[in-house]
Amino acid sequence: MSTLKIKNRLYRDKLMLWIVCILAALSVGPLLAILGEVLLRGYDQLSWSFFTEPTPTAYKAMKAIEAGERIPGGIANGIVGTMIMLGMAIVIAVPAGILCGTFLAEHSNSRFAQIVSYLTDLLQGTPSVIIGIITYIWVVVPMKGYSAFAGSVALCIMMLPLIIRSTEETLKIIPASLKEAGLALGGNKARVMLKVQLPAAFGGIFTGILLAISRVIGETAPLMFTALGCSHIRFSVDKPISAVPLLIWEFFNDPNLQELIWGASLFLLLFVLTLNLIAKYLAKKWNQ
Amino acid sequence: MNDKLYRIVLFATTLIMPIVCGGIVYALVTDAYDAFEHFGFLKFLTSSEWSYTQGKEQYGALPFITGTLMTTLVALIFCIPFSLPVALFVGEYFKGTRVASILSTVTDLLAGIPSIIYGLWGFYTLRPIIIALNISPQGSSVLTASLVLAIMIIPYASSLSAEFIKMVPNDLKEGAYSLGATRAEVIQKVVFPVAGSGIFSSYVLAIGRALGETMTVTMLIGNTNNIPNSITSTGNSMASIIANQFGEADGLRLSSLIAIGLVLFMITATINLIGKIMIKRARIS
Repeated sequence: MSTLKIKNRLYRDKLMLWIVCILAALSVGPLLAILGEVLLRGYDQLSWSFFTEPTPTAYKAMKAIEAGERIPGGIANGIVGTMIMLGMAIVIAVPAGILCGTFLAEHSNSRFAQIVSYLTDLLQGTPSVIIGIITYIWVVVPMKGYSAFAGSVALCIMMLPLIIRSTEETLKIIPASLKEAGLALGGNKARVMLKVQLPAAFGGIFTGILLAISRVIGETAPLMFTALGCSHIRFSVDKPISAVPLLIWEFFNDPNLQELIWGASLFLLLFVLTLNLIAKYLAKKWNQ
Repeated sequence: MNDKLYRIVLFATTLIMPIVCGGIVYALVTDAYDAFEHFGFLKFLTSSEWSYTQGKEQYGALPFITGTLMTTLVALIFCIPFSLPVALFVGEYFKGTRVASILSTVTDLLAGIPSIIYGLWGFYTLRPIIIALNISPQGSSVLTASLVLAIMIIPYASSLSAEFIKMVPNDLKEGAYSLGATRAEVIQKVVFPVAGSGIFSSYVLAIGRALGETMTVTMLIGNTNNIPNSITSTGNSMASIIANQFGEADGLRLSSLIAIGLVLFMITATINLIGKIMIKRARIS
């Protein structure tokens, strides 16, 4: 083989390395660009009143803009709404998801469990806008009105498959010896699961729950047809309610309120990214 | 708690899944029935008319199916040149190093950003660039939506591909090295053929993600109910027409929107099922 040909091959090898490195580095760009933009445009809107006051009316905002002042008010109605709906969704989705995941892990060979496993994948891949339609048909139509309850049902359906998967997968990697030791001590299956396996799997399940929360907290589409939105702070479950992503969507569509977009987005983005980072950290710690 | 009760509780809770999934299909089918009955199933899918003038209502899903397929395809084309290098970086070149773990953390965070924030970024940052480059006059187009979609699906494609690239047995690679192959040649001749089906399946799943993406597309595609005649023209995807009109629709239009939802559901379900089966096969082999 001639030296020229070898040189050529070595050159192509180097070129490939550089292309991979450059393109991979470029992929970091969007995260930095998005974070940067939201931070730069949103940081000066964050203040105490931004978190404690509800959204202003378009008229008030217009007046403030005309007078050259800061738009009064904030996103408190959205934060309260998100917390209420998320709280209700968690109360249902976490226990149901953990039980379902436990079943799948214990009966991984049965036909029924395999079908349920496929259905979990199916539900996880279902576009969020369809979850919105479904909740509209199931809850909003029979209850004759948009409500916080409907919103929480939508969030709950979206969280379920994520929690089921993380529970199932975590329980499957826990050493069988642990379970056998528990059974050898005379515990029945239920007791061993509750006192030995689930506590041992806690880290993984908790990570899964955090990720599920961070997935649904930014969801807009399923809430548009269920929770609808509301411009003042509300604590009732059977009435329309706002949420942070819904507010961002409202601000986006209302020229008078457009300045508020960035503060709300910054809050949402930081919340979601922090949850993600905590989950990632816990997962790493738990794996060691 | 005794064993019997424990088993019953577990089984009963697990029944939630078939009930929810069955309920989804049942609700979509019954509520979409009106539209299919009125227009005929095939005609609904192939008609490109979408007008809600009273009395002359005419609804067809073709513009939106086209819009969805176009955005997904263009997004995939833009996604591959970035997600594949990320996968190679994390799974082969810098496997197990600190840089690789930082890169994979960053791409995972990309998956965590809410889609409405992607939409905002596309609207306020990318759209002015598209206008400045004279690609499309208002800046909203299939291309704009696809570019942001491409960024959104990078993490889904790259993390799974990296996993399959990592699983390529070392002895195969060492065999090639001992024959004098360079790293680039090992990747081309050993890594890609061995991990190929796995990498392919990760892109199938990424497509599943892109098909149903709602807010980003709604904010960037321009929302016109016509078949986009090029990637720089405006249009609507199945998810974005639902997001746009569901709140104000009733009667036949509501039923038509739900019918579009059913079609979208069937498409994503099929793609996801294919992807999952392929992954399972790739993992076993």
